[in-house]
Amino acid sequence: MTSNQIMFFIFSAVIVIFSILTVSSRRILRAATFLLFVLVATAGLYFMLRFNFLAAIQLTLYAGGIVVLIIFSILLTSQVGQKLELPSVKKRIFAAFAALAGGLVCIFAILQYNFPIAVTDLSTERTTIDDIGKAMISTGKYGYALPFEVISILLLAAMIGAIIIAKKRKD
Amino acid sequence: MFDGVPLSWFLIVATIMFFVGIYGFLVRKNLITMLMSLELILNSVNINFVAFNKLLYPNHLEGMFFSIFIIAVAASEASVAIAIIINIYRRLVNIDVEKMEEMKY
Repeated sequence: MTSNQIMFFIFSAVIVIFSILTVSSRRILRAATFLLFVLVATAGLYFMLRFNFLAAIQLTLYAGGIVVLIIFSILLTSQVGQKLELPSVKKRIFAAFAALAGGLVCIFAILQYNFPIAVTDLSTERTTIDDIGKAMISTGKYGYALPFEVISILLLAAMIGAIIIAKKRKD
Repeated sequence: MFDGVPLSWFLIVATIMFFVGIYGFLVRKNLITMLMSLELILNSVNINFVAFNKLLYPNHLEGMFFSIFIIAVAASEASVAIAIIINIYRRLVNIDVEKMEEMKY
């Protein structure tokens, strides 16, 4: 049992347990807090894979941005102390059956397929912010200038749309 | 994949997270909890992209860029969805999917 394996087991246990709690908790604010734990553990997995920049994005944008947005909207729209009503047993059974069936099919497919064991030495490679920034604005091979521009338009449109939709109308 | 952690373990964790999100999306009735399940689904896909990137092309950054774009899409989707939810709450004082039938008939 190497230290990597121990770290992986801790992160994946946190992810699995808290994602189940996220979808089953009856107090909505607690569900949002459990979602925060899931997202932070995912950032831990990214740190394990040496994607430091992506892990930082995950922490700031997901854990810092989206969860705070969700918590704000919970505070605006729900009674915090109140418990959500439980869905009917039939609905829960069928949903669990669908999720379990799909999950088992995928897990069996993953276990059947022999992925090549490419041992990558993570201690030597270095991905700097420099490389990421150059790839973001380069138009050649492995360049992401077009998706970068498209996503900036999308963010602008989403921002304007959110403001317009949530604005109070005078009528 | 590296030092005792094979690729399939990452994929299995992501699969479990994805289908837990599907379960939550099917079961929940509150719009905000459904949005939270959606975030779980998007997040699990990111883990897959990053793990495959490390296995196939450890010196390139394709999977990481896909993940960054997915995170940006998720952020814009969450902001617009929450704006819509707040607007619905302002009109109907309720964000339960089964009670929203204003536009139905």
